[in-house]
Amino acid sequence: MFEVFSFGSSGWGDEMLMGALMTVLVSASSLLLGILIGIIFAACKLSNIFILKIIANTYTTIIRGIPELLVIYLLFFGGSGAVMYIAKIFGYDGYIELNAFTIGTIAVGAISGAYSTEVIRGAVNSVHKGQFEAGKTLGLNGYGLYGSVIFPQVARIALPGIGNVWQITLKDTALISVTGLVEIMRQSRIAAGSTHEPFIFYTAAIILYLVITRLSNILFDKAENTYSKGFVSKGVP
Amino acid sequence: MRFELMYESFFKIIEGIPLTLQVVSISTVLGLALAIIVALMRISGRKSMSIPAYYFVYLIRGTPLLLQLYFVYYGLGQFSFIRESILWPILKEPYWCGIITLTISTGAYSSEIIRGGILSVSKNFIEASGALGLNKIKTFLLITLPITVRQALPAYGNELILMVKASSLISIITLMEITGIARTIISKTYAPVEIFLVAGSIYLIINFIIVLAVGLAEQKLGTVKAN
Repeated sequence: MFEVFSFGSSGWGDEMLMGALMTVLVSASSLLLGILIGIIFAACKLSNIFILKIIANTYTTIIRGIPELLVIYLLFFGGSGAVMYIAKIFGYDGYIELNAFTIGTIAVGAISGAYSTEVIRGAVNSVHKGQFEAGKTLGLNGYGLYGSVIFPQVARIALPGIGNVWQITLKDTALISVTGLVEIMRQSRIAAGSTHEPFIFYTAAIILYLVITRLSNILFDKAENTYSKGFVSKGVP
Repeated sequence: MRFELMYESFFKIIEGIPLTLQVVSISTVLGLALAIIVALMRISGRKSMSIPAYYFVYLIRGTPLLLQLYFVYYGLGQFSFIRESILWPILKEPYWCGIITLTISTGAYSSEIIRGGILSVSKNFIEASGALGLNKIKTFLLITLPITVRQALPAYGNELILMVKASSLISIITLMEITGIARTIISKTYAPVEIFLVAGSIYLIINFIIVLAVGLAEQKLGTVKAN
């Protein structure tokens, strides 16, 4: 029964592990892209500029109200076209095709960015007002204030939330298998199709996802402990 | 922007709304029943009940819905004893596989919401109800449950929206609901932006109605302070 998972050309063991690696890679790059988007849009939401607030709110409402699959189809079918359109403005007239990894990262990154936006906004809001005031009193503003006073605190508070976003992102990457990127989901589909053993390969995929979830939980717990050093209890401003 | 195409595809895509709503509502109702059972198992205090419930939730929440769908639709059909069982007429239909998967998924997620709701009911209420002479079952039905419903409603509203979004996945197992029809039109016309706008707006409207309905229900039931 388990010979289908042997390594090398006769079994699917190494292919499945490569699929798992691809899932981790695309999830990690999507999470990073999402955090970047999250920082930008959280700043928009917290700003006093009306139009920026509207843009940020529209983005989070759309992403949270529309199926992830539709967003992925939009970028899968429309991504290359959009890039070529932009390239044309800059004078490049050739054909550009984005690979599945890039499209997947942009699509899942855009989805996870909406969740990150809320996490980061909440974290900035929960930094005590006194910290802003104290920073300003010290003559800091802009980057000095946000970079060296607020950001370290936001990072600590946002970490558990980002951990949740990571779990969501990890599961969302299964959807980009429809675009052809060979990650766990796609690989188990291919293997199931060629061996006629869907049960065993989907079970293997379930186990791989659970292992990744478990390992990343341990990692996030460790990071939380590291960043919470010096904090005796929660809720003390 | 091809507005003509958007107009035409709108009428094609709305034909998928009944299927989406049907699948969502059937699996929501079944999933709620499952969720209550799982939540009660988890807080029962008996290890033989709470441990299986814990691992069930862990398994479902730790794996992608698409994988669960494939597992039910393709994975189970591999075995001849399932193909020969009385369940096969149900398990061979993508429609029922979709409903089963969505039911299990929402059952796991909602059980956490319900568990949180039950645990948030203050002990004082339970003690007061005991002092009034109500037995355990009556206390649960008359005191704990109504408060749980009110406490869990906002989070359950979110779960309903997630369900509407999740129902789009059944298009992958050949069901022609909103996303399925949208995908077909996209691959025929290659107008992803236009079709995305049409299908996306339909989903936004459905979800907006859910938000309004849950908001109304919340207002009607009022809010309860946790303590």
